[in-house]
Amino acid sequence: MPSMPAGTLYRGKVGMWSWVLHRITGVAIFFFLLVHVLDTALVRLSPEAYNAVIGTYKTPIIGLAELGLVAAILYHALNGVRVILIDFWRKGVKYQNVMWWVVVIISAVLFLGFAPRHLSHVFGW
Amino acid sequence: MSVVIEQPRSPRNRKQANFEKYGWMYMRASGVVLVILIFGHLFTNLFLGEGIKAIDFAFVGGKWSDPFWQVWDLLMLWLALIHGTNGMRTIVNDYTSREGLRKALVIALWAICAALIVLGTLVVFTFDPCPAGSPANLLPSFCPAS
Ligand code: HEM
Ligand code: HEM
Repeated sequence: MPSMPAGTLYRGKVGMWSWVLHRITGVAIFFFLLVHVLDTALVRLSPEAYNAVIGTYKTPIIGLAELGLVAAILYHALNGVRVILIDFWRKGVKYQNVMWWVVVIISAVLFLGFAPRHLSHVFGW
Repeated sequence: MSVVIEQPRSPRNRKQANFEKYGWMYMRASGVVLVILIFGHLFTNLFLGEGIKAIDFAFVGGKWSDPFWQVWDLLMLWLALIHGTNGMRTIVNDYTSREGLRKALVIALWAICAALIVLGTLVVFTFDPCPAGSPANLLPSFCPAS
């Protein structure tokens, strides 16, 4: 009976999911950046226009979305470093699996350091 | 559309191969720098002080009257937009099967990238932290009007 090949660096398991997440977060950050350059450009229009639009960044719903943005950045950035290590570090491929868990743990720690502080700013606690 | 598979022994297209290689290297080189730039950006704008609550016109005026943050933001603008656009190009190449659609999307991506780089760069260089006739309470404290 032929059996399914076990996961490889590219298929199934960590190798694939790390990549799927990297791709999704990359696209999300890209679309955020398009909007963000436009909202920042409002400083050239007038202080009132800029303050009105940046005010929406302080509302509860967008405030929560910013948590998602920061989580996406943390993961994409740290996993990007992991990808670079896999490509250039002699032992990168050997440790790619452990490195992914390190990425997840560091992302989680930084996120937990950020989230309560950000929530307290957004909700005025 | 049919896919053309080249003869295994035909010489490879140098120009195309080099473009992909430089793209690959750019993703990694810009990525390393962007970690510092973006983490620094989020730290100063979202974490320090009052975080998101403190951001308004006067905040931007304060930051961009310092060449350090002007250069920081310009680097971030150029590196992130080119990195993101090139990454999106990879994704478009992966998921489109019609050549015409693929070309159109890739051209649109680079057009948007170029437009935003020009806009963002102009904004940093032409920014006036103390525009005449604006309410003094909205301006940075160093403006004569406030
Ligand atoms: C919610 C999170 C964010 C907030 C509140 C924020 C806020 C700001 C503010 C206030 C400015 C004006 C200048 C300055 O303060 O340096 C700015 C500019 C900029 N930000 Fe962000 N930012 C955020 C996330 C990001 C992210 C994730 C990126 C990168 C992907 C980014 C890229 C930029 C760039 C490139 C500029 C310069 C724009 C230009 O030259 O016109 N920002 N941001
Ligand atoms: C914070 C630092 C960042 C690092 C270290 C980083 C790292 C990387 C690396 C190494 C790749 C190539 C992956 C591969 O070839 O398999 C990549 C892809 C990508 N990045 Fe980033 N990146 C960063 C920031 C950004 C930003 C700000 C954006 C959006 C504007 C972005 C969007 C993308 C996209 C769309 C891809 C393509 C994903 C794919 O092909 O699956 N990245 N990133």
